[in-house]
Amino acid sequence: MRTFAIMKRVLTEMIRDKRSLALMFLAPILVLWLMSVIFTANSTTNVEVGTVGVTSSVSTNLDQVKHVTVHHYANEANAKKAMKADKIDAIIHKTDNDYSLTYANTDSSKTSAVKMAFKSALTQTNINQMKSQLGVAQKTIGKLQATLPVQAQRQLQSQMPTQKKATTPQITNHYVYGDSSTGFFDKMLPVLMGFFVFFFVFLISGMALLKERTSGTLSRLLATPVRRSEIVFGYMASYGILAIFQTILIVMATIWLLGVEVVGSVISIIVINLILALVALAFGILLSTFANSEFQMMQFIPILIIPQVFFSGIIPMDSMASWIQDISYIIPIKYSGDAVTGIMMQGKSLFSFGLDISVLLIFLVVLTFLNVRGLKRYRKV
Amino acid sequence: MADAIIDLKHLVKKFGKQTVLKDVNLAVMPKQIVGLIGPSGAGKSTVIKTALGMEVADGGSATVFGQVMPNRKLLSRIGYMAQTDALYDSLSGRENLKFFAQMKGIKKSEIKTSIEHVAKVVDLQDDLDKRVSGYSGGMMRRLSLSIALLGNPELLVLDEPTVGIDPALRRQIWRELGSIRDEGRSILITTHVMDEAELTDKVALLLGGKVIAFNEPVVLKTQYRVDSIEDVFLKAEGELQ
Repeated sequence: MRTFAIMKRVLTEMIRDKRSLALMFLAPILVLWLMSVIFTANSTTNVEVGTVGVTSSVSTNLDQVKHVTVHHYANEANAKKAMKADKIDAIIHKTDNDYSLTYANTDSSKTSAVKMAFKSALTQTNINQMKSQLGVAQKTIGKLQATLPVQAQRQLQSQMPTQKKATTPQITNHYVYGDSSTGFFDKMLPVLMGFFVFFFVFLISGMALLKERTSGTLSRLLATPVRRSEIVFGYMASYGILAIFQTILIVMATIWLLGVEVVGSVISIIVINLILALVALAFGILLSTFANSEFQMMQFIPILIIPQVFFSGIIPMDSMASWIQDISYIIPIKYSGDAVTGIMMQGKSLFSFGLDISVLLIFLVVLTFLNVRGLKRYRKV
Repeated sequence: MADAIIDLKHLVKKFGKQTVLKDVNLAVMPKQIVGLIGPSGAGKSTVIKTALGMEVADGGSATVFGQVMPNRKLLSRIGYMAQTDALYDSLSGRENLKFFAQMKGIKKSEIKTSIEHVAKVVDLQDDLDKRVSGYSGGMMRRLSLSIALLGNPELLVLDEPTVGIDPALRRQIWRELGSIRDEGRSILITTHVMDEAELTDKVALLLGGKVIAFNEPVVLKTQYRVDSIEDVFLKAEGELQ
């Protein structure tokens, strides 16, 4: 009964606070949209390469590589001038039989793109050389064969019937998830979605309880026979309701606005993010007891919220030191990220993430318990 | 003699190394207004918080209605008003009252009449549906007091209730407190307006963590051979140093 009254009151306050509502609902969508625009635009890298004394066959092949443009320079000095002027990203200089490559290296992705392009251009040139040599050899063999007696020719043909079929194989790409334009952003998205749910619920719920404490309404509330748990549950219920809407909105925006493919069930994704929102809520309420002002609450963001992003799986953890991997086990977003990635990209069912969900629920129970205990600071019973 | 409503015996309260209350003895009897006066920082609010069970005494005992505090259930029989207004700004006056009525566990059927009654006492009937953010300072104070009055509690604990209230309203509030007392209920009130202390039935002087005098205002005045409680206060403070 009291839990319900507290929930109703918190919801009323929230609905009347239009700015915070807008922050919770519009800000995540805006940021997600911006990120998708930026990350998709960046997925192709165009490089400009300057060549000095490179044979025309190599530079033609280099020019044929996608997103690479070749400029010829008469000597190295001119090429270096162009690089200083930011016109080219790399210089390929051939002396005798050796190549020396100079990279501007202001953008590592461009450097590696040039390395790749140059390698493939060299390979292509070698293949072409081999092809032409092979052609010469085949012609010679043909001439030799013609001089053989008819019977021997037949025997030869039956012995090597596959020779002509050995042309270059056709490569067809199949994508289990998404298509050829699926990039880094799509991999980040499940984690990012969780992060936004976590961040905004954390911030607003923490602020709400903090305000209740600094304005004195909390001690007034505690001067009534209300149970401490009723206060915590009232807050959980009201922000839980808000989180349902927020999560649905973020998930829908991700799917419709950003056109992300979801292989598994959308409802499962919402369920996971909802549990995460409740963890964020309990976490926000807990931390608000350690803050004396809104500003101090903001100070928790760089210390406790931003680092979560690094351990959450946005950056693949497999190759990192084991102690860093260990830290990720205490990061709630990691569990939701793992589960949502599985559902979204591999179409796994909600029930195959029993472990992730249980860990999130353990977080929730422990934090809620700490919150109920924590209110003892303000009333001893 | 009837049992005391609030009975504080040899109360000691420490915050870290600082001892705020050294030895506080105080009793509020039924049908009595007890005023608690003392310089700021003397620990008036600490006495109240301990009596309400927000803090636990480090020594001595605090009993309310004959039961040892802290005790959550007893809080439904106490009306408390803090120094700060402690209101929800984005809610209307009525919504504030309704919320706290629910928290106090007042029966659903009685909430409406209870709200009407307390609003009338503090003269806020016409402004109940306005949001608190549009209230003046005095109106907030009155709303805060009316919340304490909800549900006709047997004991009222008021921490500086008349700060920032204009004289006419202050008189009205004291009249109301008087009639509450006459109904048989008890009030513990802190103040540092000395002429208000004259209106109480008994005054407790809190100085240096101790109640150094606890008696009727008239008795105190004769005891210290002065004309006002203010002089009693100054003289007592002087004697202590």
